[in-house]
Amino acid sequence: MINYSVDAEGIATIEWDYPGKAQNILNDASMSAYVETTTQALADPAVKGILVCSAKKDFIAGGDLDMLLKTENAKTFHAGIVGWNRAMRKLETGGKPVAMALNGTALGGGLEVALCGHYRVAADNPKARFGFPEVTLGLLPGAGGTQRTARLVGMMAAAPLLTEGKRIKARDAQGMGLIHAVVPPGDERAAARAWLLGDGQKNAQQPWDKKGFKIPGGGPNTPQGMQLLMAGNAMLREKTYDNYLAPKHILSCMYEGLATDIDTGLAIEARYFTHLATGSQAKAMIRSLFFGLNEANKLASRPVGVPAQNFTKIGMLGAGMMGAGIAMSTAKVGIEVVLLDTTQEAADKGKAYAVTQWAKLVSKGRMKSEEAEALAARIHPTADYADLKGCELVVEAVFENREIKADVTKKTEAVIAADAIFASNTSTLPITGLAEASVRPANFIGLHFFSPAEKMPLVEIIVGKQTSDETLARAMDYVKAIGKTPIVVNDSRGFYTSRVFGTYVSEGMALLEEGYAPALIDKAGLLAGMPVGPLALADEVSIELVHKIASQTRADLGAAYQERAADRVAARMVDGLQRLGRKSGAGFYDYPEGGQKRLWPGLSKEFPVKVGAGDTALQDIIERLILVQSVETVRCLEEKVLRAPIDADVGAIMGWGYPPFRGGPVGWLQILGAKAAVEALERLATKHGGRFAPPQMLKDMVAKGESFYPA
Amino acid sequence: MTEAFIFDAVRTPRGKGKSGGGLNQTTPIYLAAHVLKALRDRNQLDTGKVDDVVLGCVEPVGEQGADIARCAALHADYAVTAPGVTVSRFCASGLEACNQAAAQIMSGQADLVVGGGVESMSRVPMFSSGGAWPADPQVASKTFFVPQGISADLIATKWGFSRTDVDSYAVESQRRAQAAWDAGYFEKSVVPVTDINGLIVLDRDEYMRPETTLESLGQLKPAFAEQGKTYGFDSVILQRYPEIEYIEHVHHAGNSSGIVDGAAAMLFGSKEMGAALGLKPRARIRSFASIGSEPSIMLTGPSYAAEKALKRAGMAVGDIDLFELNEAFAAVVLRFMQALNVGHDKMNVNGGAIAMGHPLGATGAMILGTLLDELERRSLSTGLATLCVGAGMGTATIIERV
Repeated sequence: MINYSVDAEGIATIEWDYPGKAQNILNDASMSAYVETTTQALADPAVKGILVCSAKKDFIAGGDLDMLLKTENAKTFHAGIVGWNRAMRKLETGGKPVAMALNGTALGGGLEVALCGHYRVAADNPKARFGFPEVTLGLLPGAGGTQRTARLVGMMAAAPLLTEGKRIKARDAQGMGLIHAVVPPGDERAAARAWLLGDGQKNAQQPWDKKGFKIPGGGPNTPQGMQLLMAGNAMLREKTYDNYLAPKHILSCMYEGLATDIDTGLAIEARYFTHLATGSQAKAMIRSLFFGLNEANKLASRPVGVPAQNFTKIGMLGAGMMGAGIAMSTAKVGIEVVLLDTTQEAADKGKAYAVTQWAKLVSKGRMKSEEAEALAARIHPTADYADLKGCELVVEAVFENREIKADVTKKTEAVIAADAIFASNTSTLPITGLAEASVRPANFIGLHFFSPAEKMPLVEIIVGKQTSDETLARAMDYVKAIGKTPIVVNDSRGFYTSRVFGTYVSEGMALLEEGYAPALIDKAGLLAGMPVGPLALADEVSIELVHKIASQTRADLGAAYQERAADRVAARMVDGLQRLGRKSGAGFYDYPEGGQKRLWPGLSKEFPVKVGAGDTALQDIIERLILVQSVETVRCLEEKVLRAPIDADVGAIMGWGYPPFRGGPVGWLQILGAKAAVEALERLATKHGGRFAPPQMLKDMVAKGESFYPA
Repeated sequence: MTEAFIFDAVRTPRGKGKSGGGLNQTTPIYLAAHVLKALRDRNQLDTGKVDDVVLGCVEPVGEQGADIARCAALHADYAVTAPGVTVSRFCASGLEACNQAAAQIMSGQADLVVGGGVESMSRVPMFSSGGAWPADPQVASKTFFVPQGISADLIATKWGFSRTDVDSYAVESQRRAQAAWDAGYFEKSVVPVTDINGLIVLDRDEYMRPETTLESLGQLKPAFAEQGKTYGFDSVILQRYPEIEYIEHVHHAGNSSGIVDGAAAMLFGSKEMGAALGLKPRARIRSFASIGSEPSIMLTGPSYAAEKALKRAGMAVGDIDLFELNEAFAAVVLRFMQALNVGHDKMNVNGGAIAMGHPLGATGAMILGTLLDELERRSLSTGLATLCVGAGMGTATIIERV
């Protein structure tokens, strides 16, 4: 765990070497072992200086989240933190110089360990990152991170590191004063030793333990500090809608803690950390964003026994924004892309889109021009199906029209190898139906990308009735290869993501018809934590599309179709008012040239406001916008469209920006509790209709006292 | 219940609250002592009879710290037996001090009390005392803290006051203030500030810009648009008022209260004490009230405070002859008049803080004195003074001439 040795010159070397893992992590066992060796070094009169380093390629990756996920008892947890803080204070104030040799990344708790040394020297390792990602999982750096960082670099520089989880390189960390020196890789231990035997002998003191210490840039009760906090508080609410406890608590640690001495500051931080670690937000975020996401990225649900496939060449049908985006993501990882459209000109246009996007990165200095050229060289625009020969996978992103899709399927299959995969990027049409056009439906699968595909991290993989396990496994290999996160769902209308995401938009339109103020509806969506309000979102995806999907579904289902409020609103906007959405420059909003979008004033005539604003109205809207997604998700689980709750949560957060603090549509029910969820849904169903009726699965859960995830 | 009467009211002229302003060279304790002395001297007051000196002060730190009311009484050579207490209800501190002075008499626990206030905004700038409200992340988020200018712009947006509406109001405030000064309406109460030699330091409100026109105000950029956008304050207040799509920023230095220095003091007492000291009661306190309202819109409190005070007095809006509402921002006054259906002909008839300035802790006592002077001049009977207050409050006082 920790290797300990003392050399002839009196330097004690404490080397982190977590057994059986590629990374050093902090948990009860490793922390106790570390404290044991630091205590030993402090007590040994032969030791003149303490060198802390790592036997792994990185320093310390962070804390053990599994341990945090199980944290429930505030008293025990708090006592643990206090104990660790006390030990680190002993190390800081023990009178012996402590140097940290940072050979690689030090994140979260790892960086906090490093901050407890008097001297930090980092290897100039381009892959090494320093920072506090805790906030992204609903936590705060609770082992002195908020206190030591702000005392070292000041509130202004500390705030983005702590509240945004920004990760920085060694040179930048040195620039702001977080690290003392950066040396060529491999020299960091020697540099640390040199300091311990030299300057360190008279400098075994932290800045905050020196007499007359002042917070760089001013503490919270200086005019500068007040200004910073005042603006910081507002900017945080602007960004988070006050939904996230962690960044607020981090600011509080600075506000309250920096007005005191370090020990009191640590005591304050420990209380806020305990509050986060024992609360529901961090647990939900750790479950979805850490464990869930990691499992998905590791392809945990990949069918076993299928050899991994390497992709060298894929085909892309349709060179619109979606096709070009998928081509970009694919070319980026070294795979050749045949980008096909109906004409050479259209195909060229798709490639031009990719080239333009990369040129922007080059001009911003975020990509080298040679790299952009190499990427562009991998995209081969064409109108000739014969060029698809040799593609291991072909993805179609043509119009959402069955006939067109059937046509391109046939033309493609005539060229590609018998074992090649044909994937449809449809967002709504059932895969099993589309596969009817295929001569080898076992190789037919859905790969649903999100727009803009070059940026959006999720791919929803849809397994049709006849899709083989082998095809699924290979398709997952492709998604992994292009660095995206897959979730696997079974075939159904709208699959999972479009179906549930659609309920959010529809509910917003229903609220409009009921007479809620449009500004209130969209603001409520944002306050609920969604990235865009439902009406603004309808404009973005286009009201016309909402209308088309509804018309198609109505045609498909016939008498079984139940008309929704959203159908009427969409029909009125599209057919009646010719307001199709953003792309036509007119939807629920107006889009003045060069100006800010504003709600269309005519809306108040078309959909008169009948419901007063106020806190009750706001809370009602938020509840509906959130629970309508949860209830549809449970139906997807019940109908086995979804295979596991965690897929729903990861898919929602990565796919349409569902608010992570709720954990996901299922995670939110976990937080509410099944019983309270059923009661709320029954109340909403009585008032607003069957779409809110609690599914049997949820009612059964209440009866059996079960929950979606371990409590 | 004992009745409380007002015997006298004095105030300093208001100096520009910045370096080089007319009262910038005068310390706040000197200003406070100055009005206390004037009150004593004008009334040949035996300060041994003074039961308390209650002064409002919004930034009670530095030169204004350490209970400036007590120290000002000592500096004014009041009898050592006259204690002093400093109070803060933000912008209504001066009126609050008067109310607390009156309350001591009405409760029968005191017979003669000075109420008033002081603020040297040039020497102890706004926000000097800090405070958890904007800075403490837990408090700021809970209360949707935004600077007052953003709140004022929200009021204008919510109730539809256009830039022309607020600017027109400001032009009229300037016109009325100048007319009142020219006609000598303020002479009764304004005590010129003199130095240790008896030389005049300032004898007239110097903030006024009587040449102001709608056109000249039109040149000014909205003062809070930048702040609202860059620091997220627009977003914060729209999260509290989500039914509003965006904030229309209309306020600027020309239609908001001026930053100035000044002090005011009023003498309150029981009928018996007045008779014993030979003081003539000028008005009696009918009622007063403070209220709390939604803190982020912050400045809608006056109408609620007025309603509460009216109810306590058993009066209706129509029973009030004249109103003084501190002109913190034009929209605050426009909203009050709209909410209570009060005509502009009864409101701030001699101008207000847009023209003459708002020395935070003193203003409440200043406008109460102005109200009394004008009731007397017009031979009217009842008046209501009120102010909007930070963090969502309002304070109002109703007086009736005797």
